[in-house]
Amino acid sequence: MIDHLIHMGGYAAYVWPAYGLATVCIVGLYVTTRRTLKAREQEFERLKRERREGP
Amino acid sequence: MHKYANPTEFMRIANAVLPWAAGVTVICFMVGLPLALIASPADYQQGEAYRIMYIHVPSAWMGLMVYSIMAGGSAGFLIWRHPIAHLVARASAPLGAIFTALCLVTGMLWGQPMWGTFWVWDARLTSMLMLFFLYLGYLALGEAFEDPERGDKAAAVLALVGTVNLPIIHFSVEWWNTLHQPSIFTMKGMTISADMIWPLFAMVFAFMGYYVCILVLRLRSEILNAKIRNARSARAAQPMSATTTAATQGAP
Repeated sequence: MIDHLIHMGGYAAYVWPAYGLATVCIVGLYVTTRRTLKAREQEFERLKRERREGP
Repeated sequence: MHKYANPTEFMRIANAVLPWAAGVTVICFMVGLPLALIASPADYQQGEAYRIMYIHVPSAWMGLMVYSIMAGGSAGFLIWRHPIAHLVARASAPLGAIFTALCLVTGMLWGQPMWGTFWVWDARLTSMLMLFFLYLGYLALGEAFEDPERGDKAAAVLALVGTVNLPIIHFSVEWWNTLHQPSIFTMKGMTISADMIWPLFAMVFAFMGYYVCILVLRLRSEILNAKIRNARSARAAQPMSATTTAATQGAP
């Protein structure tokens, strides 16, 4: 069954890149979105802290 | 509707939706992927190559759905100056562009073994490529002006003009001769086996759930970005007003 899954009836060269690309897009977009969000959260906290502490 | 123009109120609801959307995404991928890759039968004409459909069709539907949401948000922004509608449109655009690109590339990978070519300039493929360019245009136009509001307005107008393309994409397979197969939903019912439709629905719901999750995270990020900009401009204005005050006090 694993063999059948890997070879995809001779269309593995088309099916697996399609699923691979989808995985890269889905995971990649999630990771970059989380990273940007975290960076902005940290930046906002830093600005808030600076404002509290004053010049 | 104006109640939800308040970012705090809107984000309270969006944050409550996030865990449910994440749950739907994970469950639908966990159910949909094994069904799509293993359990569903091979197509009688296309063999195993048709399994690309489980990525291609949800991406195409999402490309169209996200564009409709983006155009709706742009209309809300232009007509009612609804800030959240604008944020939703802005946060959706990169997602829609990625779904459309995924649809185009998976379509090419499906087209080569079935049609003997990666690409033909027929109505469905060309109109889908136009959709991708509309997304890119929206993103570029939003950043093209020094005054961000002018950029936002120009991008919103482009998003609305681009809605003309949506019915063209949908009906292209009926209006023109094309290599692309017609819709699986017809007036007479579905033209796809039940063994294939359930995995497809699972994948569509997984993509929808994923869109909602990323949209909420991007909205959070956009709102934070606005707060950071405000905090920075308030800080930049402080020494200037202090200088102005000192100059006024020093003046005879």
